[in-house]
Amino acid sequence: MNAIDAKKATGIGASVPRKEDFRFITGNGHYTDDICRPGQAYACFVRSPYAHATVDDIDFADALAAPGVILVLTGKDVAADGLGGLICGWLVHSKDGSPMKTGAHPVLALTHVRYVGDHVAVVIAETAAQARDAAELVDVSYGELASVTAVSGAQAPDAPQVHPEAPRNTCFEWELGDKAATEAAFNNAAKVVSLDIANNRLIPNAMEPRAAVGEYDKGTGVYTLYTTSQNPHVARLVLSAFVGVAPENKLRVIAPDVGGGFGSKIFIYSEETVCVWASKKVGRPVKWIADRSESFVSDAHGRDHQTHAELALDANGKMLGLRVKTKANLGAYLQLFSASVPTYLYATLLSGQYDLPAIYCEVDGVLTHTAPVDAYRGAGRPEATFVIERLVETAARELGEDPAEFRRKNFIRKFPHQTPVIMAYDVGDYEASLNEACRMIDYANFPQRRREAEARGMRRGIGFSAYIEACGIAPSAAVGSLGAGVGLWESAEVRVNPTGSVEVLTGAHSHGQGHETTFAQLVSDRLGIPIESVEIVHGDTDKVQFGMGTYGSRSGAVGMSAIQVALDKVIAKARKIAAHVLEAGEGDIVFENGHFTVAGTDRGLAFAELALQAYTGHKFPTSEIEPGLKETSFYDPTNFTFPAGTHIAEVEIDPGTGVVKVIKFVAVDDFGNIINPMIVEGQVHGGVAQGIGQALLENAVYDPDTGQLLSGSFMDYCMPRADDLPSFDVGVTVTAAPSNPLGLKGCGEAGAIGAPPAIINAITDALGVRDIAMPVTPERAWRAANGL
Amino acid sequence: MYQFEYHRPKTLDEVTALLARLESPKILAGGMTLLATMKQRLAAPSDLIDLQDVTGIAGISVDAKNVTIGAMTCHHDVASSKDVAKAIPALAYLAGRIGDPLVRHRGTIGGSIANNDPSADYPAACLGLGATIVTNSREIPADDYFRGMFETALKENEIIVKIVFPIPQGAAYQKFPNPASRYAMVGVFVAKTAAGVRVAVTGAGPGVFRMTAMETALAKNFSAAAIDGITAPVEEMLQDMHASSEYRAALTSVMAKRAVAGVSA
Ligand SMILES: Cc1cc2nc3c(=O)[nH]c(=O)nc-3n(C[C@H](O)[C@H](O)[C@H](O)COP(=O)(O)OP(=O)(O)OC[C@H]3O[C@@H](n4cnc5c(N)ncnc54)[C@H](O)[C@@H]3O)c2cc1C
Repeated sequence: MNAIDAKKATGIGASVPRKEDFRFITGNGHYTDDICRPGQAYACFVRSPYAHATVDDIDFADALAAPGVILVLTGKDVAADGLGGLICGWLVHSKDGSPMKTGAHPVLALTHVRYVGDHVAVVIAETAAQARDAAELVDVSYGELASVTAVSGAQAPDAPQVHPEAPRNTCFEWELGDKAATEAAFNNAAKVVSLDIANNRLIPNAMEPRAAVGEYDKGTGVYTLYTTSQNPHVARLVLSAFVGVAPENKLRVIAPDVGGGFGSKIFIYSEETVCVWASKKVGRPVKWIADRSESFVSDAHGRDHQTHAELALDANGKMLGLRVKTKANLGAYLQLFSASVPTYLYATLLSGQYDLPAIYCEVDGVLTHTAPVDAYRGAGRPEATFVIERLVETAARELGEDPAEFRRKNFIRKFPHQTPVIMAYDVGDYEASLNEACRMIDYANFPQRRREAEARGMRRGIGFSAYIEACGIAPSAAVGSLGAGVGLWESAEVRVNPTGSVEVLTGAHSHGQGHETTFAQLVSDRLGIPIESVEIVHGDTDKVQFGMGTYGSRSGAVGMSAIQVALDKVIAKARKIAAHVLEAGEGDIVFENGHFTVAGTDRGLAFAELALQAYTGHKFPTSEIEPGLKETSFYDPTNFTFPAGTHIAEVEIDPGTGVVKVIKFVAVDDFGNIINPMIVEGQVHGGVAQGIGQALLENAVYDPDTGQLLSGSFMDYCMPRADDLPSFDVGVTVTAAPSNPLGLKGCGEAGAIGAPPAIINAITDALGVRDIAMPVTPERAWRAANGL
Repeated sequence: MYQFEYHRPKTLDEVTALLARLESPKILAGGMTLLATMKQRLAAPSDLIDLQDVTGIAGISVDAKNVTIGAMTCHHDVASSKDVAKAIPALAYLAGRIGDPLVRHRGTIGGSIANNDPSADYPAACLGLGATIVTNSREIPADDYFRGMFETALKENEIIVKIVFPIPQGAAYQKFPNPASRYAMVGVFVAKTAAGVRVAVTGAGPGVFRMTAMETALAKNFSAAAIDGITAPVEEMLQDMHASSEYRAALTSVMAKRAVAGVSA
């Protein structure tokens, strides 16, 4: 294949089949459970059966005596070794200026357990079965205490307390926006629309459960941790600098193939901490693989907001102001991003796509006796979109206006646009996505379809969602000023081999996104080399110098931008070398389709020939130009990116049973430029499936009296399946992002953000009700349909 | 899972001998329920006696009067049997709606009705058609067999050998699946039999039960309209995080009407 064909077939914009799929589909992936180290032992965690209890005594003599048991460790051992607790990497302040309040998050419980599934002790044995058998023999004396699992009531003065450091279980009382201006807007309003909105709690359920193998090398003193992480460098940083397991230079973290994360594998949990710490104590590698039941109780959950929201409108239906009061359930301990998700990742998006002059948002972060709540696909933005899009739809209906027209009237049309909640939108064309979505779903003929459905005894409804999100997190200075403990740049290293093949080392991590394909497409496109000659290396702190990992749809906009900058540097150096080798002025060297040529001549070098010259160093002065061809970039974005679009759902409801069927789902998204349309469409499909899951099926339910997780298996926690979903119609509109060199915005979360309000707006339209709670189970729809 | 011994006998006699001899044995059929329970450490039999090689307890035979299904016949075989589809299409239909393809290829009719999960499908067919459960020691009419949640008339170590379903004039099954587990949240089996109309409901209550009020109404006038307004008693229905008893009761009526409308003969 010549270079021009390569660019077409595997460059930017081509739907290249995923390079990684062959190994996944043929069972040749290397997941953490596939990693077996010589002599490895197995860990099993003793978990709290209570939502809240004192740990009075742990008698593990019988466990220690059980067959195959090597060691039992408890919180006392953690304390004796001076390990720190798990941390939250984002500091949020309350309105009064005081820093957020919470208790320590011990690796293994010391005096109290604070949710069902909390870590009490670990048993390490020769086999996984022996570890599990022995874990049952650990006799823990608990003093059961009253618990609180829902935010409502958790802040009452007499509510059971999660941490003494956080009175009334209130971690922070945060605010954003201009309170006085917003009050004024409401005072001048011709109409105010308000809703009480719950955003249901979700459990991520990645296909691969969390896992870890810790290993200690006695000779070098180096620890190696293989784990299911979305950001291995951050894991290493936290485990060395904060938990103190090992110095950073003595800790290697490898995140091999990872089977889905959705946020839940960003965080640093007790289990991998224990595996790496205990590997030295037992002198053998220690492995732990979560089973599905453990995943349900101990993975960080998502969402769980209670919100009161009001929208102020003038007499012409123009939006004047938005006032939002949210109580966010944080769970029992703060995880890595817990404090940022319901604050800076949430309230900053409350302007939606609308020209809203005044916004004021208050968020109480509330601690409860439940699993920690942190980022889950969309992280704060689905919650914000749900609030604004439910309010907007409700307002349109109450004003008797067409919901599409009402949105058009209030859209932001001039860019850049500074919202009242920090964000400066750089570019967008919201009407273009809305119009395209209306066209694709044939909005004009909806009334006919509704009549036809009604003739069959069905109730049909249509619902819009015009979402916006902030991706490509994020400019380091910006997030630093908002409380982030790290900068959110990304690194890349492009290594050209002497034969002209290329390795790209990236700080992003792929756990389903297809980076090995899309990142290679960029290299193939820029260097004009076949995609097969490009290897994407990620997920190993020994190979990649540093990186912030993958979440928040950042790896295209930030991670690929870093690669782009490093490629620019490679090409710049290669040009210099070419000039010498071809005995021409540097300004006369043209690099096109993988060839360096002297302008106006037929003298040139293919990229591979140039690479060989770079490493042999025979034909250029190595005193002026260093030999070799390898460049690095630490790329810090200049702004967030703002993917936006319109999703429209059409549903039919059987009033006899309440079954809601999604008949059509149109998603039109503006993700900026697109590297691989097929992968982007796949990301939209997955996201929409999760969004429909939240709207109709998924719900994490704790028993209010006992604090037990009732939805603790797939028998009760309803994941969306193929037959729950229609065939999605996906469209795109494009405004290129100006804040990064590739014009990318990010597509990983849009579906999960856009879908829930579209579905709920369609259901409320079908049933003619003002509101209905997620998930819309058949019973909820049946009650609404029958006025019960 | 705890340690256990595994046995794979070839005859029913061997099975009974093992059952009599061993400490706390359990019969293993498809294992779809039993193995999951053992993995969760909720059951700890000393021995598993696998029935899969036992002769004479699997397979389907149909004559003029009855469809007879061996205990070890998997759901898929019933769902895909042309003979069953011809004689009692509602039974094949029901079997094809149990679980997923994996479950249907492993799970057995004997295991299903021995377990008698309150939301299992087969109990509705057995009770709705007035089947006879044949064990290694006796014949039990369905009306006497199902005794409420996970309770049956089986004595300790009694083995189901086959189930005999009388062929009805017409029958239909309507299942409202629990969205998560896909077991029946409410399933209604309606049959017009030689002995009269029978309506059996699974999923809704603490065990399969007959709706006699509907049967009486349908005996007079076999139409969906005839049972309009007849629902199962709310206070006897199950209630959980998925559905209230009120909703389950309402569904019994909706599903029954749809089943009646589906009975062609
Ligand atoms: C994911 C999943 C989904 C399912 N969905 C449904 C559904 O939608 N509807 C539904 O009805 N069922 C459903 N099931 C249950 C399944 O259909 C099986 O019927 C059920 O698991 C029992 O059958 P088995 O052959 O697997 O029995 P096993 O699990 O092997 O045994 C179950 C019990 O029956 C006893 N037993 C087995 N055979 C005999 C016998 N011949 N005589 C006496 N005792 C015996 C065993 O000792 C054990 O106590 C589902 C199961 C799973 C795992």
